[in-house]
Amino acid sequence: MNLTLKIWRQKNASDKGKMVDYPVSDISPDMSFLEMLDVLNEQLIEQGEQPVAFDHDCREGICGMCSLYINGEAHGPDRGVTTCQLHMRMFKDGDTITIEPFRATAFPVIKDLVVDRSAFDRVQHAGGFISVNTSGNTIDANAIPVNKHDADDAFAAATCIGCGACVASCKNSSAMLFVGAKVSQFALLPQGQVEATDRVLNMVKQMDEEGFGNCTNTGACEVECPKGISLENIARMNREYLKAAFKG
Amino acid sequence: MALDSKIPQGPIADKWTNYKNHINLVNPANKRLIDVIVVGTGLAGGSAAATLAELGYNVKAFCFQDSPRRAHSIAAQGGINAAKNYQGDGDSTYRLFYDTVKGGDYRSREANVYRLAEVSANIIDQCVAQGVPFAREYGGLLDNRSFGGVLVSRTFYAAGQTGQQLLLGAYSAMNRQIGRGKIKMYNRHEMLDVVIVDGKARGIITRNLITGEIERHSAHAVVLGTGGYGNVFFLSTNAMGSNVTAAWKAHKRGAYFANPCYTQIHPTCIPVSGDHQSKLTLMSESLRNDGRIWVPKHMKDVEAIRAGQLKPTQIAEEDRDYYLERRYPAFGNLVPRDVASRAAKERCDAGYGVNATGEAVYLDFASAIQRYGKEQAHIKGLDENDAALVKKLGQEVVRVKYGNLFQMYEKIVDQNPYETPMMIYPAVHYTMGGIWVDYNLMTTVPGLYAIGEANFSDHGANRLGASALMQGLADGYFVLPYTIGDYLADDIRTGPISTDTKEFEEAEKNVKDRIASLINNNGSHSVDYFHKKLGKIMWNKVGMSRNEKGLKEAIEEISTLRKEFWADVKVPGTADEYNEELAKAGRVADFLELGELFAKDALHRTESCGGHFREESVEEDGPQKGEAKRDDENFTYVAAWEYKGEPKDAVLHKEDLEFKDIELKQRSYK
Repeated sequence: MNLTLKIWRQKNASDKGKMVDYPVSDISPDMSFLEMLDVLNEQLIEQGEQPVAFDHDCREGICGMCSLYINGEAHGPDRGVTTCQLHMRMFKDGDTITIEPFRATAFPVIKDLVVDRSAFDRVQHAGGFISVNTSGNTIDANAIPVNKHDADDAFAAATCIGCGACVASCKNSSAMLFVGAKVSQFALLPQGQVEATDRVLNMVKQMDEEGFGNCTNTGACEVECPKGISLENIARMNREYLKAAFKG
Repeated sequence: MALDSKIPQGPIADKWTNYKNHINLVNPANKRLIDVIVVGTGLAGGSAAATLAELGYNVKAFCFQDSPRRAHSIAAQGGINAAKNYQGDGDSTYRLFYDTVKGGDYRSREANVYRLAEVSANIIDQCVAQGVPFAREYGGLLDNRSFGGVLVSRTFYAAGQTGQQLLLGAYSAMNRQIGRGKIKMYNRHEMLDVVIVDGKARGIITRNLITGEIERHSAHAVVLGTGGYGNVFFLSTNAMGSNVTAAWKAHKRGAYFANPCYTQIHPTCIPVSGDHQSKLTLMSESLRNDGRIWVPKHMKDVEAIRAGQLKPTQIAEEDRDYYLERRYPAFGNLVPRDVASRAAKERCDAGYGVNATGEAVYLDFASAIQRYGKEQAHIKGLDENDAALVKKLGQEVVRVKYGNLFQMYEKIVDQNPYETPMMIYPAVHYTMGGIWVDYNLMTTVPGLYAIGEANFSDHGANRLGASALMQGLADGYFVLPYTIGDYLADDIRTGPISTDTKEFEEAEKNVKDRIASLINNNGSHSVDYFHKKLGKIMWNKVGMSRNEKGLKEAIEEISTLRKEFWADVKVPGTADEYNEELAKAGRVADFLELGELFAKDALHRTESCGGHFREESVEEDGPQKGEAKRDDENFTYVAAWEYKGEPKDAVLHKEDLEFKDIELKQRSYK
């Protein structure tokens, strides 16, 4: 396939940035999207130009490091996959593909398509944990049975990879799906109950301080989430928050 | 220097307890005066950083990714072993110990493995307390599955994302300490040297990957949890950024490198599709619980399949060769990884590979779907003879167990594995070799520790499935926090370590000079060009089977390629900015040295053991004909290599392995 790529180039955080066109040829439909960008970068290096910077690591859809806003969608046109698992068979010969970074006030651009998502880490520092020290003497893992449905729902929430697609897809740059997933995982498990009040209050407070917007229930986050994290998690977080606010 | 493994005296079952009862401790007030650097934030590094901070040490943690949560432990799929015996099927600490030593083909250190088995149960308790959502049964208790090389079900799991859930558990423990200020986290930082002061590891030099700034960091001890070096093959199941650089810098500063040739080639990965390929994707070993591996019995069927005239589902049962079930009736599809990989290679080398490249075999779920479907129909009181219904119900069960893996396969290969068998082929996955450590997990450099995949200690020549997660967390949560205290007890009066010394200056200059020579080289080929060439040499001559001629050639070729790299590599951009190519260049330069030592180690070990298969060393006759042949008389030792300049000049030190509690036997899975 032969394609035209329109790619956001930005030298560093203070640079203004602009879209630049690049033609690429002989792209196999079996390539992943990032392998296609590898081809472009090899080409740029050969020509003595700067390769396009983009985040990536595991290339199997689990580490959450890859991002990219492709043709107006976080992680591109396919559903339930990250950019590293998006394959070129989703595109046609002759297509023009627009590639931008994830955009949000809380995700400043570092270079080209690389953004700083450390705001997510800081929200987790505020309460995304159960306060249990490492010890050889915690109770036996089977001492507290957990209802299978709750355990499965907790797992489904916990599969969030922290990529930020929810924020990039939201017109308000809201992080409610990301935060809701973490709050839900612990809210659904008996181990998470002890700190439930502080957790939700602290995480939401930090989320607001990072400059993420509010949720207006458009549901774009759920559609674009590569792991299918459900909107129910936002509802659950809101319930937890309300409960916690009344408790004070 | 003679290698002292510092194994405690006494019966194996009491060693760890006795050891803990007699080590030096650091009191809580003094822990506040001590700094520890942890490099790498995967299961080993992350759990160590969190636990050391909980104990009261000041921890500085480093990772090259944008967050500790990205470390490649996250990609581990199938599960984590623990000797809980929840299934009541005869499991015990001893049995897990025995299986691991046997699975490692009797090339690991007994005392370390026993300790690993001993603490394994604590890991599960700890993780559940942290809120890790393991799979559960309807009664609310934890579920288990079975993995290769064992006869019990001791593997705990969270669908096909066990590594992710365990890493997020360790990450959450770290987050709590970051929030309290006990861990200072340095994301997007790469370690480029270890600093040794008066014979002790006292700090590291790092590069800030965003600004390019070279920084000095000091501490009273340095811990490396930096993972394995499978990317020396270019194509592997490792993440793109996984590298040997931290371990290799430690090696150059005096840490011996043990058994570099022990590499795990995982049998169930998605086959290579073309030259553009940047990495390979693993399909969890847990799939072998239910999937059956086969190739066609007849060459005419193989040819028809390759020509696209025949579908695998059209081949009759009696025309299929379920070669693992045929060769290893006792373990069948659940033989250990090294055995399964070689068996796949044997069939493909004989011409029975089922894709265009001839390097693929089938992993088939049709009979599992039938079995589960009938079971479900029976439970629900539906018609067990309704083929369409049974298939539908069976597919649902398989979807619950392995759904994310099936989806991943479909996205990559563009075939529906619920309807047609998957194609798989072995790929480089894990490295059992690594930095040599004693019982305390300390390297040959005092104050420098190596944990998790970065060290060599527990898996011998082959690692059993679901044991990597166990080892990473055992080292980080339950072993290192004790052993490091014994060493740091001498440092309570040392005070802060200054970075304003000649040792830091020398190390920093070293790093800056090397970066400058890469940037100013202005050659004609990209970093990947050299990395791919190195990978081809490694895969073809130092891969799944090795021989003297090939290994000697590999050593020459790698040495030549390394010279070409330094003369002709092209790194665009500058040193003072975000520069991915520069970071890659430094890593590939280190792989080019490690690769040669790897081949040298493989050449010297003329026996076959575990993942290391020497074509010259196979059983000639008897029931084991054609299987790997170990040479216990001459090779029951750990090969620990000392750096002496060029890899070819590395000096071999041997740690003899003693087997007091397990009898050395031929490893049979027949």
